[in-house]
Amino acid sequence: MTEAPQVSPLRLVATLAIAGSVAGLALVSVFEATLPRIQAHKQAALERAIGEVLHAPARFETLYERDGGLSPEPPAGVKDPERVYLGFGEDGRPVGFAIVAADPGFQDTIRLIFGYDAGKKTLLGMRVLESKETPGLGDKIEKDDKFVKQFDGAGAPPVGVRAGTKSKPEEIDMITGATISSKAVLKLIDGAIDQWKPLLEAHLKETQ
Amino acid sequence: MSAPKELSRGVWRENPVLIQMLGLCPALAVTNTVANSLAMGIATFFVLCGSSLLVSLFRNLIPAQVRISAYILIIATFVSIADLSLEALVPTVHKALGAFIALIVVNCMILGRQEAFASRNRVGPALLDAVGTGAGFMIALLLMGSLREILGAGSFLGVPLFGESFEPWIIMILPPGGFFTLGFWLLLLAWLHKRRAARGGETAGGEAGAARRVA
Repeated sequence: MTEAPQVSPLRLVATLAIAGSVAGLALVSVFEATLPRIQAHKQAALERAIGEVLHAPARFETLYERDGGLSPEPPAGVKDPERVYLGFGEDGRPVGFAIVAADPGFQDTIRLIFGYDAGKKTLLGMRVLESKETPGLGDKIEKDDKFVKQFDGAGAPPVGVRAGTKSKPEEIDMITGATISSKAVLKLIDGAIDQWKPLLEAHLKETQ
Repeated sequence: MSAPKELSRGVWRENPVLIQMLGLCPALAVTNTVANSLAMGIATFFVLCGSSLLVSLFRNLIPAQVRISAYILIIATFVSIADLSLEALVPTVHKALGAFIALIVVNCMILGRQEAFASRNRVGPALLDAVGTGAGFMIALLLMGSLREILGAGSFLGVPLFGESFEPWIIMILPPGGFFTLGFWLLLLAWLHKRRAARGGETAGGEAGAARRVA
C-alpha cells in the first residue's frame, strides 16, 4: 500500500464493526453446528475409558460430590462439579469406582482415569487420557503395556519401586528413564484415593 | 503472470517453508508424524484459500488504515472454523496438533500472502496463488513428516516399515529432530539448486531463492 487515502474515522470503525459482526456470526454458527459432535466424541471417549478401567461393567452411574457425600444429582449452582463413576456388574452389585485425576507431569498436565475397588482397597486398572510426556520415554506411562498392566489388581495406595524389584501387590515397577512421569502417575492415583476414599466408603455402606 | 505460473510459484520456486522460510514454527513443531503433517497442511490450506478469497473480494472496501486488523479478523475466523471442524470430525488428530491449530492465525505465511498478493489482485489470481502456496506448504510439511516418522518411529502413516529389529531414532520425533530434518531438506535443495545453476539451466527466481537461502 503506497498511498493511503484519507478515510473518515467513522468508516474505519464501521468496516471493522461489520467485519467483526460477520465473523462473530460465522463463529457462533460453526460452534453450534459442531458442539453436539464434539460432546459426543468426548462422552464416547470417557465411556470407553470407564469400560477399560472397570473391565466392562454392565452399566455405570455418575456420582457427584454433594453436601459432603456422593449423590447422583449434581449440586445446584456448581459449574463442572467433582464426580466419580460407579460401575455395576451383571448381578447389579457395584464392581468399583472410576476416578479421573489430573496434575502436572514432566511436560504438561497428565490426565488419567483409574478403577478402584473401595471395598477390597485394590486398583482395577489405569489408563492415561491425556499427556504430552516425552515420546519414547515419558509416554511409556500410556504406551508401555507392562507398566499399565501392573495396575490391574494392584493394592491401593500403590507404591513405586525401582524397575524390576516389585515384590508386593501394592508395589509398581517404575519406568527406567521416565521416573518423573511414572512417579506423577502414582502421585495422581494416591492423591485421588486420599481425596475420595471416605466418600466412596460411606457411599458403599449407605447403599448396601 | 499466467495462471499456471501463479499456481506453481508457491509450490516450488517460492515454496513458503523451503525457500521463503515462512511458517517454520508449525513446520518444526507438528511434523513428527505424516498424519499430523497432513492435517496441519490441510487446515492451513483451507485457511489460506478462504482468507485470500475474502481479502481479494473485499480489497476495495477495506480501508488501508485498518487492513491488517481486517485481515487478521478474516484469518482468525477461518482458523476457528478449522479448529472446531477438526475437533468434531477427527478428534484424535485435533488432540495431537493441540494449540498449533489455533496458532495458524499467527502463521506469517498467511498474512504475508494477503498483504503481498490477495489485496492487490483479482479473485482468480489470488485464489490460484493461495492454492499454490498452500500446496507448497503442505508438500514441505509432508517431506519433513515422512522423514521424521520413517526414521523416528519406523513407520509411515502408522504402518510399520522395518519390522521388530528396527530401533527407532527417537530423537527424530523430538524437537531436535525437527531442526535436523529441516536442515537436511534445505541442504539438499540448496545443493540441487547450485548444481542446476552450475549447468546454466536455472531460472532467475530459483537463483535468487538459492542465494537468499545461502545468505
